[in-house]
Amino acid sequence: MASDRHDIEVSVNGTTYRRDTDSRTLLSDFLRHELRLAGTHVGCEHGVCGACTILLDGVAVRSCLMLAVQANGHELSTIEGLAGKGNALNPIQQAMHEHHGLQCGYCTPGILMTMTAFLKENPSPSEDDVREALSGNICRCTGYQNIVDAMMAAAEALRTAAS
Amino acid sequence: MSTRYFGAPVKRNEDHRLLTGQALFVDDVELPGLLHVAFLRSQVAHARIKSIDVSAARQCEGVVAVYVADDLGAYWQPGPLLVPPPPIAGIIFNLRAQVPLAKDWIRHVGEPMAIVVAESRYLAEDALDEISVDLEMLPVVVDIERALEPSSVHVHDDLGTNISAHVHQSKGDYRTASARAHLILKRRFRYEHGISSPIETRGVVAQWDVRASQMTIWDTTQAPVFIRNGLAGMLGLGEHQVRVIAPFVGGGFGPKMMMFYPEEVALPWIAMQINRPVKWIEDRLEHFFATTHERGQIHDAEIAVDKDGRILGIKDVFLHDTGAYDPYGLTVPINSQCTLLGPYLVPAYHSTFTAVFTNLPIVTPYRGAGRQHGVFVMERLLDLVAHELEIDPAEIRRRNLIPPDAFPYKNEIIYQDFQPLEYDSGNYEPVLDMALEAIGYAEFTGGGQAKLRAEGRCVGIGIACYVEGTGIGPYEGAKVQVLANGKVSVATGIGTQGQGHFTSFAQIAADQLGVDVRDVDVVTGDTERFYWGAGTFASRGAVVAGNAVNEASKVVRQKALKLASDAFECSEDDLVLADGKVSIVGIPEKFIRLGELAQRANPMRGAVKPGTEPGLESTQYFGPPSGATANGVHAMIVEVDPETFDLKILRYIVVHDCGTVINPMILAGQIHGGVAQGIGNAFYEKLSFDDQGQLLNASLADYLLPTALEVPRMELSHTVTPSPLNPMGIKGAGEAGAIPVGPLFAQAIEDALQLKQKKVELLEIPLSPSQVFELAKATMKRAAT
Amino acid sequence: MKPAPFKYVAASSLDHALSLKSEYGDDARFLAGGQSLIPTMNFRLARPSVLIDINGLKDLAGVDRSDTAYIRVGALTRYRDLERDGDFLRCCPLFADALPHIAHPQIRNRGTIGGNLSHADPASELPALAVAMRARMRIKSSTRQRDVPASEFFMGLLTTDIGSDEMLVEIAYPAMAPRTGTCFQEVARRRGDFALAGVAAVVTLDEVRRCTEIRLALCGVGETPVDASAAGAHLIGTDCNDEAIGAVAAEVQDMIYPSGNVHATPDYQRHIAGVLARRTLSAAFQRAGHGV
Repeated sequence: MASDRHDIEVSVNGTTYRRDTDSRTLLSDFLRHELRLAGTHVGCEHGVCGACTILLDGVAVRSCLMLAVQANGHELSTIEGLAGKGNALNPIQQAMHEHHGLQCGYCTPGILMTMTAFLKENPSPSEDDVREALSGNICRCTGYQNIVDAMMAAAEALRTAAS
Repeated sequence: MSTRYFGAPVKRNEDHRLLTGQALFVDDVELPGLLHVAFLRSQVAHARIKSIDVSAARQCEGVVAVYVADDLGAYWQPGPLLVPPPPIAGIIFNLRAQVPLAKDWIRHVGEPMAIVVAESRYLAEDALDEISVDLEMLPVVVDIERALEPSSVHVHDDLGTNISAHVHQSKGDYRTASARAHLILKRRFRYEHGISSPIETRGVVAQWDVRASQMTIWDTTQAPVFIRNGLAGMLGLGEHQVRVIAPFVGGGFGPKMMMFYPEEVALPWIAMQINRPVKWIEDRLEHFFATTHERGQIHDAEIAVDKDGRILGIKDVFLHDTGAYDPYGLTVPINSQCTLLGPYLVPAYHSTFTAVFTNLPIVTPYRGAGRQHGVFVMERLLDLVAHELEIDPAEIRRRNLIPPDAFPYKNEIIYQDFQPLEYDSGNYEPVLDMALEAIGYAEFTGGGQAKLRAEGRCVGIGIACYVEGTGIGPYEGAKVQVLANGKVSVATGIGTQGQGHFTSFAQIAADQLGVDVRDVDVVTGDTERFYWGAGTFASRGAVVAGNAVNEASKVVRQKALKLASDAFECSEDDLVLADGKVSIVGIPEKFIRLGELAQRANPMRGAVKPGTEPGLESTQYFGPPSGATANGVHAMIVEVDPETFDLKILRYIVVHDCGTVINPMILAGQIHGGVAQGIGNAFYEKLSFDDQGQLLNASLADYLLPTALEVPRMELSHTVTPSPLNPMGIKGAGEAGAIPVGPLFAQAIEDALQLKQKKVELLEIPLSPSQVFELAKATMKRAAT
Repeated sequence: MKPAPFKYVAASSLDHALSLKSEYGDDARFLAGGQSLIPTMNFRLARPSVLIDINGLKDLAGVDRSDTAYIRVGALTRYRDLERDGDFLRCCPLFADALPHIAHPQIRNRGTIGGNLSHADPASELPALAVAMRARMRIKSSTRQRDVPASEFFMGLLTTDIGSDEMLVEIAYPAMAPRTGTCFQEVARRRGDFALAGVAAVVTLDEVRRCTEIRLALCGVGETPVDASAAGAHLIGTDCNDEAIGAVAAEVQDMIYPSGNVHATPDYQRHIAGVLARRTLSAAFQRAGHGV
């Protein structure tokens, strides 16, 4: 079958990209290999591990379960857009650092994006809420405990910053 | 040296890159003209290849090359033996190593048969569909007991048997010891195992620079130096022509220590053939077949005890499934054999194992590496004895612990590092006491549990002890260098997969050299930066490479002090090295910065005294005489739903002794992660093969990795019994968390459901609600009513 | 794990989508949330030659409560929106019990109710809910529209009554009678996994707390969701004590033929189906009595 190509325009972390892409290109591959935003990681390509989680119009989704062409006209956020001026860690990133919430760091981008959306919607979560929200992101290194602690701390830091 | 950082929970240097998406992983490598590789893998477990037709695939859009085994010519060779069998009398070992591409025989599902190189991975996968393969199906060997029957077909036709290895080791005389026994218990134990499933699968990128005659390989390996040396030999290149980079690696856990995987061998060869860079990234489906497993053992074990439950001897005969090939030698079953003895006095031990070839993917070490199999057998035997003799499960363990004055304690058999199994140091009883105290053992067994039972709740407790042989040789090295900008560079040959080496090694160097830990830049896994080494495995990185960093840092420190004493014309004793400078004691304004000293260490003029080396740097090596033995106790309280058999972990305690601790924060992380994997192994993760060697659950939807909802909060504490085998007193910790979790689950579930009283014993791992139901159902009335 | 090639068309209207489907038939698939379809395509187990993306058809999404007899849910409504719709969850409380069991937050953010029901995975929760709640499925093609009761919609493993030129466009859930209690529970290996068995129970009482209707549907124990309401027939007109509920649960166990899988033996599935039938019925009765 001849390739089926589409012109698309997506905004990623506030930058607009126009590309010609094959209809079957997964959004995860598009971000990583066409836009060279390789901070989004791929772990399973069947929507279970959560490493490729990004925000689509502010909502956490698996980028391996979307086609790049579906992102046409949408706003995406990835790990590359999280840090502040001078690449300073934001409160969620900083809490992960403080609480040793990452080891190999491969699942970390998906966790950061999932929790960015979650903490925005749930500024005062319980530990159980955090674990539930994290359940779609598999981490093979940390046993989750330090990630949970980091997210509780990040929630508090974000609340403090907002008040 | 100050200990400003050593022993402190220093935050990690590597985090910033990882948290901002700037860390380089293998799949992030992009090169001009990069091509993508896909492998055609066997759908069947055992077959003879009659023919492979790739002509249609060669015509597919975007395809640059297609290869089968014959195309590799003389490059096609079975992989090397990675770990030779230890020097044990009477040992039988039959090496059959994996091949780059199946040529005549298919021996497990997923074995690669052909390679497609194309402009994209999508196009490469399209072309795989166009390859036609003609196979003659052969009977499949899956069951390790049947594999040894005379009528069984052989995985390796030329071998005439499915025996990969046969090893007997003993200590004392079990027959004599058991003759005096008050009680002998014998059981059969089964331990299935899973797959490490790091979130980053394996991957290789190879680039051949024809003008420079230089091969660069990015590889997710845990052992870059061995890979360089091996591939250089295979490719007919000098080691200096091959650079292997293991950049950030997304979890290893052992299977990335396996070497000369077919893809690892094929990619550099392809890059030379077509003179373009090539990339292969294992997808998750491939990972289930193409990356090594750690798997089945069946133990027939018996224990002989006196009337007080003291162990007189243990006899264990077990079968170990090595899969279709055995390039990693005997590491896994030897670990099982040795670790079974645990922290206990076992006067007599008779242990025999047979490693068996099957038509299943290859078995090599995965976190714990067979140790948990041995611990499961020992801990279950003690539980059974305790029940039989009406001794408290904690008490029977206490009675059998090796006393603190018995160290170094010789176990008289040979360990995986070829050395006699000798525990270097330990103080076991306080660890047990702390665990019992932390979980509230006395309160729970003395009434707490009864009270909960009266409320209708099925709550049970488990306690398991273990030792872990860690920090084995042969050696590692480190190069420590003060740079002209005052920062310190540390390079070692090991790879790193999340263990925090960028920080723990920096802590060691920073203390020796009096610099800020953030000013120490650690490089691991790049053969261009450090030439020699073995790798990150067997809980050895911190112990062996850490000590090398310490030794090299000490030499650099001495050099710095010597240079400064020359400059100040004072004694080295009058100098203090701190805050990135050397100053004179009591006269802080009189100082030279380390960067300045580094420049002076490479002077343009003036006489340099004989014996002086330029540069403020040193390369040192460290090799421990033998492994250091860590130990620990885990305790757990679970609540089991007596109808669905699902469970919830209410408390999880770890008390651990891994000698001197470099960074307690990183250590806790290692324990947490190990326990999480142990929980997976014990209750969630099982590779389910059918009798044709087909994996029935090759997806992460069906192979159940624990999530944040399955892994409980863990409460950790530590004791410190330094190792005498290295100057820093460190023992390894990487695998400890995963080792004792199986018996803990079995014990706690039995206790919660009072299964022993119903004559139901949990003698297998992994367990599952369904499996516990199947074992217990005969004792139940119909649950719905 | 990259999908085979296909032609992608973003439908501009429902008519456009249906005319494309009628043109391409079985070679085309609708792309809604994609949370089941795309993984299957990545494994190359599904190779549609045309994907008709309906995500732009906003009219297909949303909950309509304007009809007093039915709560109408558009096929493109995402789990996420149902989870956050308190009024809907009050009207259809089985969803409040069931939605948290569906995969994980990111999947629920994207997955749609119509996609789920059209995919018809027997271990999935929503088909069982549809059967228990006597939902009516509205199916459209370019030329016709028909309503199919849920009991006739699920025809086999991953097979529904939707024709090759049709789309499931709306699911209508009957409004609950007064004094109706519901409960859904399931057993899965991990939260979010497909159910090894799950039971949806709906119980309606009269003014003196006698049972007037009982609905039971199971997921995970057959090739389709299993309607086991008949097991509760003898509770009608009674005040339903624990013993009677136990008997219903035992009967449910005799009505199902689970096939087992890598996580559970058929016996275990049958066993927990009984346990869950008892537990959900008890809870549904309680909730009905409390006027939920």
